[in-house]
Amino acid sequence: MPEWFIPFLLSVVTASTPFVFAGIGELVVEKSGVLNLGVEGMMIVGAVSAFAVGVTTGSGALAVLTGAFAGAAMALIFGVLTLYLLSNQVATGLALTLFGLGLSALMGHGMVGKTFAGLPHLEFPLLEQIPVIGPLIGTLLLGHDVLVYFSVVLMIAVGWFLNKSRAGMVLRAVGENHNAAHSIGYPVNLVRLLAVLFGGAMAGLGGAYLSLVHTPLWVENMTAGRGWIALALVVFASWRPARVFVGAYLFGGLTIMQLHAQGLGIEIPPQVLAMAPYLATILVLVIISRDSALIRLNAPACLGKSFHATG
Amino acid sequence: MKLGKKLGLLSGLAAGVMLAATGIAQAADPLKVGFVYVGPVGDHGWTYEHNQGRLAVEKALGDKVKTSFVESVPEGADATRVITRLASTGHGLIFTTSFGYMNPTVRVAKRFPKVKFEHATGFKRADNVATYSARFYEGRHVIGLIAGKMTKTNVLGYVASFPIPEVIRGINAVAIAARSVNPKVTVKVVWVSSWFDPGKEADAAKALVDQGADVMLQHTDSPAPVQAAERRGIWAVGQASDMKAFGPKAHLTAIIDDWAPYYVERTKAVLDGTWKSGDVWGGFKSGMVKLSSYNSAIPADVVAMAEKARKGIIDGSVHPFAGPIKDQSGKVILKAGEVMDDKTMLGMNFYVEGVEGKIPQ
Repeated sequence: MPEWFIPFLLSVVTASTPFVFAGIGELVVEKSGVLNLGVEGMMIVGAVSAFAVGVTTGSGALAVLTGAFAGAAMALIFGVLTLYLLSNQVATGLALTLFGLGLSALMGHGMVGKTFAGLPHLEFPLLEQIPVIGPLIGTLLLGHDVLVYFSVVLMIAVGWFLNKSRAGMVLRAVGENHNAAHSIGYPVNLVRLLAVLFGGAMAGLGGAYLSLVHTPLWVENMTAGRGWIALALVVFASWRPARVFVGAYLFGGLTIMQLHAQGLGIEIPPQVLAMAPYLATILVLVIISRDSALIRLNAPACLGKSFHATG
Repeated sequence: MKLGKKLGLLSGLAAGVMLAATGIAQAADPLKVGFVYVGPVGDHGWTYEHNQGRLAVEKALGDKVKTSFVESVPEGADATRVITRLASTGHGLIFTTSFGYMNPTVRVAKRFPKVKFEHATGFKRADNVATYSARFYEGRHVIGLIAGKMTKTNVLGYVASFPIPEVIRGINAVAIAARSVNPKVTVKVVWVSSWFDPGKEADAAKALVDQGADVMLQHTDSPAPVQAAERRGIWAVGQASDMKAFGPKAHLTAIIDDWAPYYVERTKAVLDGTWKSGDVWGGFKSGMVKLSSYNSAIPADVVAMAEKARKGIIDGSVHPFAGPIKDQSGKVILKAGEVMDDKTMLGMNFYVEGVEGKIPQ
């Protein structure tokens, strides 16, 4: 096993985790029938808030919570505007992204040049001492920061919630046909607002992961389009949490792989390599989701439509 | 749209100021100077320094000028739109501060012959389009010397943006200088296909460290590679502005771009009516390129060597591209005793000996 292999795997995990959070959060939002294009804006506000709290208090837990809370606060603006004031979801989502980028730049003033020590890692020294496979297991499964484990739990929990729990069924019903859901007495807008808040919190968490773990610093616009990739992942993963997870790791993995390939002098033009994560992720997700009937079944029928209770 | 908003806000402000001014005596209309930036002002690198230049113009010329800027403008069609907007809203002088704005700038300039344009790092000029750039390769020569002395693994990592002559020249300058003091050095290059993406820049830097690099150099605009170097316990050199805060132990020095004197001079020229199109390529000598303070961990003899080279470049006794220079295949590009002319340097599209990999075509 080459020496760079284990650090390589670690880089993949850190590069992929923000997409898992933001993508799964957005998946829940879309399943409730709301399209929030403001993921990038919520992520960046989560990133700057988490970083600010992390640097001032030194507490990782507090920083992470603040990131999630800030993302949810941004989502609240979106929720009130689109659900109760019936503004256009696409336009409001875009505005939320622009607002978030500007707001975060303002909030980040004075945060320059500070760094954060990082989040605690879980260590299992005994398991890592197993010869040969020990280090590999250690890298793959153990020794990550807590948020990585949480992202796996999140994927499983959201999958269970949407498919097995009663509340999840209600959420999906609202996303499929809000009029029918309303007529049998479900609080459509409340359900959607909660979904939007959850999505915001997860996007904020994804942002927090960037500014606390991936590159523990603050610079303007540091999300650099990751929110948009998370949005795309949801669609290409045909609204399945496990596929969002696979897509996120595929994208993160290929991004890191192409950087390593360049360093190793593999003779593929870097433009092609740079394109590879996007192409391959789309391709793989399109292939595993190629059953168009299933996609129609998975796509929330009321996605992006405003609900206004009449009578 | 963020850009539009910012512009709207600025022009709103401007309108407010003008309203206030009409009450007073009739002052001459201030010259509106526009700046187009490729990254955010808070990138702490390339764009940050251009914005420092803009602030210097305001400070030096006071109410004779009115500056505005649009940040994070993608290179390409968006740039054309933004530049057109600036030109059509009464700006008399527009600085477009990234290589990729070259064609948009020239195109818009044709439609607005009265507006003066200044394009950074490009090579297309017109009667109302001047170009300017800094000889960053002079700075890269000095950091190459330092890196060559500081490396233990003899591998220098280089996080690069796009394969344009400007970037290739920097890589080559580093390789030549480093190998002049340590012939075992090789330079590993990773292209991130972006000027500004902190996450990807950091990932690229980590990949290079994993492959043995112990000095990190960069031609991208965020401080993320410096920070990644700090966390992995290797050396790094900052890009465009002082990045010491992001890696106090790792930061050997930084190449600083100082655009302020040039921006003030050119704005004055427009005010005086003496502005002419032209091409300026300033280096250490004119102060356009500077180095930030040296890390105290650099041995005194290495600092002395670096300073000697810097002074040599200023007095002309040292040239970063002096023969003999061989390309990767060992072919002699420049014979001993010759120095490379500007035209060859500006079009540089080959790697010198000691750089690994191929230039992406």
